[in-house]
Parts: sequence; C-alpha cells; structure tokens
Amino acid sequence: MDIASFKPTTVYTIYIAATSERVWRALTTAELSRQYFFGNAVEIDLKVGGTFTVRAPDGSLHIGGEVFECDPPRRLTVTFNVDWPALVEKLGPTLVTYEIEPAGNAVRLTMTESHDRPIDDDILSGGRQGWPAILSSLKSLLETGEPLTIKMAPPQRMLDALKRLGIQTP
Amino acid sequence: MRKPEFIYVTYIETTPEKLWEALTDGDFTERYWFGVRLRSDWKAGSSFEMVRSDGSVSDAGKVVEYDPPRRLAYTFVNLSATYKGEPPALATFVIEPYGKLVKLTLTHEGFAEGGKFLDGVSKGWPAILSGLKSLLETGRPLDVPYAAMKGES
Repeated sequence: MDIASFKPTTVYTIYIAATSERVWRALTTAELSRQYFFGNAVEIDLKVGGTFTVRAPDGSLHIGGEVFECDPPRRLTVTFNVDWPALVEKLGPTLVTYEIEPAGNAVRLTMTESHDRPIDDDILSGGRQGWPAILSSLKSLLETGEPLTIKMAPPQRMLDALKRLGIQTP
Repeated sequence: MRKPEFIYVTYIETTPEKLWEALTDGDFTERYWFGVRLRSDWKAGSSFEMVRSDGSVSDAGKVVEYDPPRRLAYTFVNLSATYKGEPPALATFVIEPYGKLVKLTLTHEGFAEGGKFLDGVSKGWPAILSGLKSLLETGRPLDVPYAAMKGES
C-alpha cells in the first residue's frame, strides 16, 4: 500500500495544554483512550508494520489496522478500518495520521483522515461527527483530568449510504 | 466541488450563557483571542471590529445575527495587505446544549475563490477556539504565541 496515494478528506486541529509525550500516550494507550474515545481501547504495536486495533467496551474488534509511520512523540500513521463486513472491499482502506507539534507552552494536534479514492460526503460524515467529539474529550482529559461525557449514534446519512453500498453495520 | 468554507465543531463543559459571554464580551475575548477585543453594539447591521491591545483594528465587518445564547453571526475580513481586495466572510456560531455539555459549531463561508483569507482563518480558529475551551473548563487560557498558530515558529 502506497500511503502517498491517499488524499486528505477530513482534517481536525486542536491545541492542548500538555506535553507532546502526554498527547502521544493518550493516543496510543488503552487506559487513556477508554476515557475519551467512547470507551474504546486503543492497542498498538508501536513500530512500522505493527498492528493497530480499537476494541469496543465489550472487547469486540471495532477498528483494525497497521502502523505505517511511527515517530514518537511527533507523528503516527495507521490504517483505521472499521470492522464492518465488506467495508474495506467497497471503500478501500482509511488512513489516519496524527501530527503533534509544539506551539508555545501547548501542542498542536492535527488529525488527518485520508482515502485512496473519492468517498461520498455521506460516508465521511461519520468521521466528521466523531473526531471533534473524541479529540475535544481528549483535550479535556489532559487539561482537567476528566474527559467529557459525549453520547452519539452514527449519523443516519452515513448508515443509509453504507446500506446502499451493501455494507452491513451493527 | 465543495464550496470554500471552514467548519469547526467542539464540545465544551460549560453553559450556553457562559459560552455566549465568552464569544461576545471584549474583556473575555482578550484573554483567549491573542489579546483581541471584539468591539460592537451587536445590533444586526452594526459594525463589528477586532481590536488589538495597542488599539489598532485588525479585522472589520458587520453584525448579521445576535440571538443569545443560540446564534451569533458576523462578517469580517483581516485588514492587512495580505488579504487586500477579499470580501468580508460570514462566520456563524451555533450553540447547542448537549447533555451536560455545550456543542459549538462554527461555519465560516463566503470566501473569494482563490483568496488567501480562508487559509488564514483555517489556521486561526482551531487555536482561538481551543483557547476558549481551555479558559471555560480550566480557568486558564492556552499559552500559544500568534506566530506558532500560523505555523511560522
């Protein structure tokens, strides 16, 4: 897979009063991700070619992928494939890059979601709804010690679009 | 092709009323908005200005909508030579209660095709709104210098 062929479809930038190392740890450990990522546990083998998984609170696989870039605490690129039957086959892989840069006494975290083919806005609406919630909660967790309680269901327009493509969702 | 616009959503542990004050009160904006005070009488059609700490005006436009604590909209363009000839673009803030939180959605639109102002605000808003969230949740704004926000550090 050539990650250079992927084009950004969603970019979200947030500034956090924390060190780069704390932000990196929040993005890569289950203990912290459970608190800000809807209860999901991030597990990652931090080397290029390592596995990346996100497990739902019941332990089932929610997102699977592979590490493509790993430069702690600056840059992490993984495939971020939601484990729904036929999703990757129909839409191709989803790539997510986190970039962490110092900005004064804070850091700038930029999340970029990319795809290797054109993807309908209805399908992209899932990530566009989810990322601001996840990363707003991550910021609150690191700055206040408490994450946000954000409940949300996947957008109906995304579920409808997936159904039209024959992709089953839970 | 998508129209040129910038959309930003964030969730803040606060009330709609406090967020409204933070978005409209110059004493408050000065603390998280790179020292900028917003100046307006907030009547639809009135002038809207961003005033630097030295008293100079950095950006100017007009108030479009003022419906506390739900919807705020104003146009503005930066007055520096970089954006010469570009029209004021419309920034609309929508504040919605979300459980015990508040969801803030900013939509900034109406940019000139091929202009530079969209790129400028796309770099600025995440820093400004992150600082706003920090100030409301922790009582402290972020310490991010203007140059770092622009990626020029």
